Parts: sequence; C-alpha cells; structure tokens
Amino acid sequence: MKVKEILETMDYGEAPESAEQAKEWIARHSGKMGLYINNSIECPDGRDSLESRNPANGELLAHVCQADSDDIDRAVHAARKAQPEWEGIGGPARAKYLYALARLVQKHSRLLAVLETLDNGKPIRESRDIDIPLVARHFYYHAGAAQLMEKEMPDQQALGVAGQVIPWNFPLLMLAWKIAPAIAMGNTVVLKPAEYTSLSALLFAEICIEAGLPAGVVNLVTGDGRVGEMLVTHEGIDKVAFTGSTEIGRNIRQAIAGQGKELTLELGGKSPYIVFDDADLDSAVEGLVDAIWFNQGQVCCAGSRLFVQEGIAEIFHRKLRARMDKLRIGDPMDKSIDVGAIVDPSQLESITCIVEEGLKEGGVRHTCPAKLPETGCFYPPTLITEVDPACQLMQEEIFGPVLVGTTFRTPAEAVALANNTRYGLAASIWTENINLALDIAPKVICGVAWINSTNQFDAAAGFGGRRESGFGREGGREGLFAYTRSKNAPTNELAEVKALPGKSEPVGAEIDRTAKLFIGGKQARPDSGYSTPVFSTEGKLLAQVGQGNRKDIRNAVEAAAGAKGWGKSTAHLRAQILYYLGENLSARKNEFAERILSMTGCELETAELEVNSSIDRLFTYAAWADKYDGAAHGVPIRGVALAMNEPVGVIGMICPDESPLLGLISLLAPALAMGNTCVVVPSEPFPLSATDLYQVFETSDLPAGVVNLVTAKHAEVAETLAGHMEIDSQWYFGSGGLSPLIEKASAGNLKRTWVNQGKSIDWNDSRQAEGKMFLRQATEVKNIWIPYGE
Amino acid sequence: MSKSSPPNELFRNSGTELDLDWALSVQANTSAIERRCKTLPGRRSIKKANQAAWLLKAITCIDLTTLSGDDTEQRVRRLCQKAKYPVRRDLLEAMEIEPGTIHTGAICVYHEMVPAAVSALEGTNIPVAAVSTGFPAGLSPYALRLAEIGESVKAGAQEIDIVISRRHVLTQNWQALYDEMKAFRKACGDAHVKAILATGELGTLRNVARASMICMMAGADFIKTSTGKESVNATLPISLTMIRQIRDYYERTGYHVGYKPAGGISKAKDSLTYLSLIKEELGDRWLQPDLFRFGASSLLGDIERQLEHFVTGHYSANYRHAIG
Repeated sequence: MKVKEILETMDYGEAPESAEQAKEWIARHSGKMGLYINNSIECPDGRDSLESRNPANGELLAHVCQADSDDIDRAVHAARKAQPEWEGIGGPARAKYLYALARLVQKHSRLLAVLETLDNGKPIRESRDIDIPLVARHFYYHAGAAQLMEKEMPDQQALGVAGQVIPWNFPLLMLAWKIAPAIAMGNTVVLKPAEYTSLSALLFAEICIEAGLPAGVVNLVTGDGRVGEMLVTHEGIDKVAFTGSTEIGRNIRQAIAGQGKELTLELGGKSPYIVFDDADLDSAVEGLVDAIWFNQGQVCCAGSRLFVQEGIAEIFHRKLRARMDKLRIGDPMDKSIDVGAIVDPSQLESITCIVEEGLKEGGVRHTCPAKLPETGCFYPPTLITEVDPACQLMQEEIFGPVLVGTTFRTPAEAVALANNTRYGLAASIWTENINLALDIAPKVICGVAWINSTNQFDAAAGFGGRRESGFGREGGREGLFAYTRSKNAPTNELAEVKALPGKSEPVGAEIDRTAKLFIGGKQARPDSGYSTPVFSTEGKLLAQVGQGNRKDIRNAVEAAAGAKGWGKSTAHLRAQILYYLGENLSARKNEFAERILSMTGCELETAELEVNSSIDRLFTYAAWADKYDGAAHGVPIRGVALAMNEPVGVIGMICPDESPLLGLISLLAPALAMGNTCVVVPSEPFPLSATDLYQVFETSDLPAGVVNLVTAKHAEVAETLAGHMEIDSQWYFGSGGLSPLIEKASAGNLKRTWVNQGKSIDWNDSRQAEGKMFLRQATEVKNIWIPYGE
Repeated sequence: MSKSSPPNELFRNSGTELDLDWALSVQANTSAIERRCKTLPGRRSIKKANQAAWLLKAITCIDLTTLSGDDTEQRVRRLCQKAKYPVRRDLLEAMEIEPGTIHTGAICVYHEMVPAAVSALEGTNIPVAAVSTGFPAGLSPYALRLAEIGESVKAGAQEIDIVISRRHVLTQNWQALYDEMKAFRKACGDAHVKAILATGELGTLRNVARASMICMMAGADFIKTSTGKESVNATLPISLTMIRQIRDYYERTGYHVGYKPAGGISKAKDSLTYLSLIKEELGDRWLQPDLFRFGASSLLGDIERQLEHFVTGHYSANYRHAIG
C-alpha cells in the first residue's frame, strides 16, 4: 500500500520476522532431527520418524526421529555413566557449565525464538520476549544454585538420573525448567521433548556441545508418547519429572508405582481469575489478555475461569469484549500478532469439540471478530459468559483461547467458586484493597497466586500445583529439593514386623480393656464390630483393639476435613498444644515405656529411650511450628513473591510397625505443627502405644478431628486411604511392603505420597527421622506475587 | 492531514454534572498499567511504508511549541513557517504526498506571541494555541487567570492550554477543580480548551485518573499531561491512565475528548508507540489532530530524519532538514 493510503487507514501493516536462518539451520540437518546421546547428535538408521509441521501454514519443517528402546537404553546408560563424575566435580564446577548454557542461549536467542515460533505457532513476540529470556534466566539462576549447593544444602545430594518428559506449549522453556535444576544439583538427565515440538531441543543439544558439557550429562530422545513411557518406566531412572496433561500424569503415577522413583508432576489447570468491584477494571481486562490469550491459551496456568463481582459484571464484560475486538490473530511470525496458531490440528479439534459440546449446556459466546487466516490451525479468542459451575465448560480444561465466566456476590463466594475444581494450579486476584487481596490469596487452593497481575514467572519463585494439577515445585529453593535427597536417607531394607502370637484367655478378675478408635475427638467403636487381640512377648493378652475398616476411614477423613480450621490457627497456638502433648506424655512416661516393653519385648532402656525421644520430638516440632518460615523471593518485578508454607490439608499416615510410639509421633508432630489434620493408622502389630495416646490427646487441648486414629490392618485400609479423594497426601511407613500399592492408588486424585519404599528408618536417629524434610512433606509452598507501587 | 478527507465534525464536549460517585470509583493500578506499557512496543511493530505514513500522521498531530522567555516575534514566525512546511518537499514527493497537505497540528506559544503566530499562519488552517491561566504554575490571581484566557482569545488564539490548580487535586477538593475548569471553559468561548493536569505533580496515577475525569466533566476539550516544566512530563503509564478515562467518558456521555501528551517525547519511535497506544485503547477515530496532539519541540526533527531514511535507505543528518 502507498503511504498516502496508509495515512487514511492507519493500518499496522505487516512486520514479518525472517525465517531464513532457522530454515538454513534445519537444512544443515537435512531436515532430520536426531537424538542427542552421550554428546553426539545422531540419526540412527531404521527408525521411524514423525513429521514436524508449522501449525500456522501446515508446512513440513522436519522429520523427527522416533527413538526405540535401544536408544532409550543407550541414553539412560550414558546418563548413568556420567552421573557420578558430574556430581563429583562439585557445585562451583557445574555452575560454570550452567552459566555457559545461559550465555549461549542468549547468544542464539533469535534463532531459538524463530525456531520455536515456526514449530509451535506461538507469536514471535512471545518466544522472543518471554520464552527465551526466561530460559536464559533459568540457567543463570540455577548456575547460582549449583554454586551454592555445598554451602547452602550441605545435607543434600543428587538423586541420580532424571527422566523428564515435557509438553509442547513452551518447548524450550519447559526443557530449561527441567534440565537446569536437575543438572545444577548433580543429576544427569534424559529428556523427551514433545512430539509436535522437538526442534528447539535439538538446537539446545548443539548448545550443550558448544558449552563443552561433559558427555552424557544431558541426553535427548525424541518421539511420541511411547518413547515417554519407555523412558519413565526405565529401570535406570531415579527421578521422573513430567509436565503435561493430568491424564498422562495419572498414567505415569500408576506406571511407575513401586519402582522407587521420585516423581514430580506439573499437570493441567482451570485457574480462577477473580475480579472484585474495586479493581482497576481496565487493567484487569488487560490482564486477561495475558492470562487466557497468551500462547493461544495453551498454558497450564491460564486464567481460564473468570469470576467477576456481580455489580460490575456488565461493565467488565463490555470492556472485555471491546478489548477482544482489538486482538490481532494471524501469522505468528508477524511481530504485531497477539494470537498465533494452535499447535496442531488435533488440538484445534479438541478445543472446537469441547466448546461446541459445552455450549449445549448454556453460556453466551462472544468471539473475537478478527478474520482468521484461511489456512493453518487457528481458533478465535472466545469469551463465554453465564457459564455455571455445573457446566462442563467451567469444569473441564479446554487448553485453548477460551475464557469462561460467571459472577459472584461476596469474597466468600468467590473463594467457593474458585475452589470448586479438581485442579489447583494458579489464581489471579484483582482488587485495590490489600486486605482483601491478602485474605483471598491464601484461601484459594493453588500453588501460585498473582495479585493484580497474571502469568508471572521467574526462576527464583517456585511453580507448581495442588490437587490434580500435580505436585512438586519447579524453580526457587523448593524446586531444588525435587532433584535432591538427604545424604542420610535410609538404605537398609525393612523387614516385616509381625504381631506376637498369643492365646486369648478369660478376662476373669481383670477389667476388660478394649481400645476403640479415636475419631472426631471421641472414642468410637469400629464399624466392623471386630477386635484384634494384642499379645505380649509371653503370649499374654494385653488388650483388644478395634479393627478399623473403610467406613471408619471414611468417618475419620470426614472428621479431619471438618477440622481444617487447625491450619488457620496461629502457629503459636499449635506450638503450645504440641508442648502440652509433650508435657502430658512426659507425665506418663513410665506407663508408655512399660507398654512398649510389654508389646515388643525390647529392653527397658530401649523403651525408655523411645518415650524420651518421642517427647523430645514433640518439643522439636513445637519449636518448629512458629519458625518454619516462608520466604520473600527477589523476583524481577517491583514487588515481592511471598512463598508461604501452607498445610497440605488432610494427611493420611500409616505409621511404622517398629517403634510404635516414636514412629507415630515422628510423623504426626510435624504434620500437626504445620497445621494439617491427620488420619493415623498406627503400628499394626503394636497399636497400643497409639490407643494409649487418646487420653493424652484429650487432655492437651487438641481440637476435635485434628488427629483421628484408626487401628486397622494396614493392607485392609491402605487402598481406601490412598484412593480417598479428600486426603491430600498419603504417607506410608509400615513394614508390609505397601509402598507400590499406595503410589498406585494415589493416582485417583493425584495426591502427594510419601512412602518408605521398603527402607528402614532409624527413628531414634534425628538426622533420618526428624527435621526439614518432614516439614517439607507437611507443607505446600504457595508463591503469592504482590506487585506494588502507587 | 490531507484536505480530501476532513475528519467528521464532532460535538464539542459540553461537560456533565459533577458526578463524584463516578469519579471516585476510578482506580489505577500502577504496576499493571506499567506492565501494559512495557509490553506494548513489543506487541506492535510498524515498518516501512506503514512507518512512514504513521510518522507523517504524527507530524500532523504535533503542537509545535516554543515556550521560552527569550521568544521573539521573528523566532515565532520561523517556527510557524516550519509548521506550514514541516517536511522537505522532495521527501514528500518521493512518498507521493502532495506538498502542502502535511502541516503540524498547531503552533503553541505564550500569550504575547499569539499575534505574531496568528499573522504568520494567516491563510492556513493551522490554529494557534496559547498557554494560559498563569502557566506553568497557575498560581496568579484567579481573576487575572480568567482574564488572560479572554485576552488570548481576543488576540486570535483558537486553542487555550490552561493549567489546573494542582492543590485542588492534592487536597482532593474535586468541587473546586470542577468549578475552576468550568470557569476556564466558559472564558474560552468558542476556542477549544486543553486542560493541563501537570501530572508529574499529582503524586499518583489514581489522582491523574480522577483529575482527568473531573476536567472532562467540567467540559475540557482536551486533557493534556504536562506543562513541559515539571520534572516528570508525558510518560506511557500516565498516558494510558488518562486515555482510559477518555474512553470511559466517551462510553458514558458520547463526547470525544482529545488527548495531548506533552514534554519528553522527542524520538520518532516514541511517537509510533504513542500512536499505537491510542489506536489500541481509544481507536482510530482518535488518530486525528482534532483528538490527538503531541506537545513537542524536538520530535519533528527526528521524524524528518526517519522519513529521509525511508525514502533514501540511508541514515540522515540534522543539517539536511530545515530548522524551525
């Protein structure tokens, strides 16, 4: 167009980024994207290949190698072989490599950005201004983490080899999120990029070579889901990290159950975006552009559920529709495009299908009027209002540029709506009232909350979710623990501890002692109506305990869920109650020691030590209750990211069979200190130390329902517990080898698990049985981003 | 702007009652506003012929300004000549733009220079704007400030840039601000009134937003950021805050109020960012000199250099373009 005409129309015109260099790079590889194993890029013969296409125009970009099991073996073997030396060279030496990777990412930033956009369809502005800078930032941050590891995390060591599977929505960024912390902490990795988007990973492989990274530290295997499955289930893997759909996450959880692997999952979401009536409405509207139309809405933490306070709903929706009408959709390589292409035709179909089906249940649709390109995978930015919580559209993750919304009346209702979901990844909260903002952020179930902002990411702040959004954190200090284990972690095998045999004799003159269950602050008869005798070493009946079943577990979980106010009580109060428990236990020291002695037949000295250690442990966690602080992260905004330690919620715990008192206290005390409520299944062979505690609980001001005790056969209730949707984390330290079962059954609601994997813990050894590791298991870190400035 | 397509005539903003419920409900979240402004230049890239056209558009929106103690009539005459012929003829021809169709939006001077400017611009449709009401501090006697407007209008100024009493904003005396603005507007008669908020002295974006709204309610034709004499002049966040109020006011009343960022905009690239901000937030109708102006003195020079680069493919130099 001529200048004169443009002067009339004031059009932006085209501003295309050149694809030339990226295409040359692909051509240098003859259009074949190979594997990166043991520091060499290879395209082995005889492998199938996948087509990688540009979703914006369908153009074939390259063929991606489909790795086979032999390739996976070689990659894992290379990583295995490289790991000891990589860990052995120490943090500062590793830091230099990470620093080099960061520098090289910056050096090749434009090529990476262009490649990413060609492959994925995201606007070049986003890959250039957001993805790639965050990748570099991630390597810089973790170069620092490596540098400081020995000083700051002296008790931690690498896990070994990490098997990592990443999604297609942020190909290189997810790669960085996975690789940087892993190798910083001394692990080596085998990573599988997503089948749609493997190109930037191969460029990263070249960067690894350029950085001189030792062979085998980073290995990349490409291909479809089968490759991912082979990788995560491979016996040479110590840790699995997955980002992707909840469905695949659940499959992985089940597939690797009992393999003794560490696992972190970062899965789907349906994050709330809450606008209160005193918010800066224009800014909140603009925030939505970054929340749901960023990366075509293909973002796990996208603010996809809009909740607007009723009084401003009309004006807000009007402003939002007007803003949508300004969005520019089209060729992602154009620098002035807001919304690019959907990654693949299959994803486009999925979005279309969910929306069309969902609209049958109701909702008012507004579609961005911009003309879509005639070819390529495009979906218009869409707003659907008047969608009720009961609608599929409000419940199901769409993973596209589709925002659904409804209204709320009060802050409490906003929270109720926000939490009415299986997911729990992120939340945005818009209000000019600091009291309101800082009240709501802790109440929304999520791993990340953004006040008056959205989709803020930084390596210094952990990211991750709760519920079916997965578990574990990436980034920040919390993310480092996901790639390390304690140097004192137990290694000895745990032998099954069996109940002692005996013979029931007439009670006679003795007063019958049959311990009931302890549920909701009251002693309750077991639903089954059965009891189990407990015998002494001499075979004498000590007492009967109720035999809990699934209904008792149900009741106990209900009581625990009803007692969650415990988590909102002050840390000081929780400390006081833990001290009080210790004090009351101390008053009955001898009785408890004698009980241990009579049940287990140990030396008196051993029994006394166990009781004393238990009292000490209660005191330790009473001390921790008000000292396990969160953090204020230095994120690159004018503001602060507050990392708050929140209780996990309801924790189910199957206690150690050995050390019947100390084992239970070692688990219970940190959970209570951090504000969790608990369903406790005590030692199966020696349950009486636990039932004796009822009176201690009752005299220590512990609120009803905070601790619920169900004596039961572990194998009979383990699946009920692990499968219970209301339980947020399930711990297992029994000797019956139920770790695999627990892990597998936990996949139902993707609860966290913490199991002993058949290893024996010395409960008297405070390095193994006490400390921050326990506190981390008893908490969720929530990062609340609070920008400020007036 | 090309004479072939004059913008459609708008109804002048006649103001509304003072609606404090509305004005005080206005919020402005600084961090979020800054974030929008920071990402905007990356979201919109204007290249080649589009860039040249946009830069020409920017020229037509410039209030070419001299506000110096040493201004003389000859100096002002020179500036007016530049306003009439802001771009070298050969460059315009290369872009197939008819010479004479591009001129700046207005000339902006102190009262004493109004007659010189009016005479220099005779026969053109370039209006003369006068800064007024005790510019820049606005602390001279109220009666004199009102009278000053009348004098400038009498002298031929078609636009009056008034300064508000910042103290009314800082003490939240919205009624006083409304009354003052209303009186100024009345004193202007048919001349259009631009309300200079001196945003750099208002403390917060929320104050800027509320003062914008009050001035529009009192009948301002334009709201303008600064006198150019404050330490902080036009910025993107301040602009975004003000134009969002213009949008709300338009949506509620149907009146188009203009916007003038002033001071600190000296690069061609910045002018493109401002124009795209206006296009995105207010729409194309505001990309006309009757609703958008740059208060700038050195911006034109940089734009001329960029235009020469567009035409020739070579980077330009100052001396190749006439000074004003």
